[in-house]
Amino acid sequence: MSFDNLSDFLAMGGHGLYVWSSFALGLLILIGNVLLPWLKLKATRNQLQREYRRQANQNTPASASDT
Amino acid sequence: MWKWLTTLYHRLGSPKWFYQITGRWLPWFAISALVLLSVGLVWGLVYAPMDYQQGNSFRIIYLHVPSAILAQSIYVMMAIAGVVLLVWKMKMADVVAQSMAPIGAGMTFMALATGAIWGVPTWGTWWMWDARLTSMLILFFLYLGLIALREALKPQEVAAKACALLAIVGVINIPIIKYSVDWWYTLHQPATFTLTQKPAMPASMWLPLLIMVLGFYALLGWSVLLRARAEVLLRERKSGWVRETLEKK
Repeated sequence: MSFDNLSDFLAMGGHGLYVWSSFALGLLILIGNVLLPWLKLKATRNQLQREYRRQANQNTPASASDT
Repeated sequence: MWKWLTTLYHRLGSPKWFYQITGRWLPWFAISALVLLSVGLVWGLVYAPMDYQQGNSFRIIYLHVPSAILAQSIYVMMAIAGVVLLVWKMKMADVVAQSMAPIGAGMTFMALATGAIWGVPTWGTWWMWDARLTSMLILFFLYLGLIALREALKPQEVAAKACALLAIVGVINIPIIKYSVDWWYTLHQPATFTLTQKPAMPASMWLPLLIMVLGFYALLGWSVLLRARAEVLLRERKSGWVRETLEKK
């Protein structure tokens, strides 16, 4: 381990600002690159499922009105 | 081997097969990305020794180098996908190229931003109009151009061809980025990893870097597959297999 204690680790020998801002930004981009596509995939599935259900309802009309 | 490759190629050209097989690949990419990136991050941030000249700011290398490698190799992959689309008319190549563009833009931005932050304590400036930095900025604009072109053009086939062409033409920028540190005077240091020489740093420094690079590639696979699967569903919404797949759930 290159650090004696937590405050040493956070200070990064005076370079804490540079190191931590880089890693915060980097992690944000990495997480975003998985989270956003995952949400998009889920939304696409839901959107198409709704579309198919609507089409199915249009193709079988009058189910409520006959009888 | 060649036969196996051509079979794989033809199958990947089928949207249905692509969607099914990538569903099985997805967890492997996800697990390797999570494991490699967590090991690499902890190793790089906590255990790797401090650089005797740059101090701890050198740890930015663990994001800067992987993102810069990805930024360039994603672009090359998009250009190859462009050739595959234009020559062999394989539409899935365009789906993959489209899915890669935002990831490439994000990686280029990460390389530029971490480089700028690293530049402040190391060079005393966050930006210089030198060859390496400028050619990376051009790469960033190429990615944005590809995304904008895709949005602007209709129908889809026209947009696909235009993006393929732009990707292929823009690939000229990649050797310029690579050799910029050799051809011109620059602040930027030469490549950390080369195929022919041992890295100029101890294993305790470059091993975590190698792990981070592999982790970035695994994350790329994960991210591209997620995007490409959504795009395949959208483009194939009228086909029976999409309806069947989605109605099962």
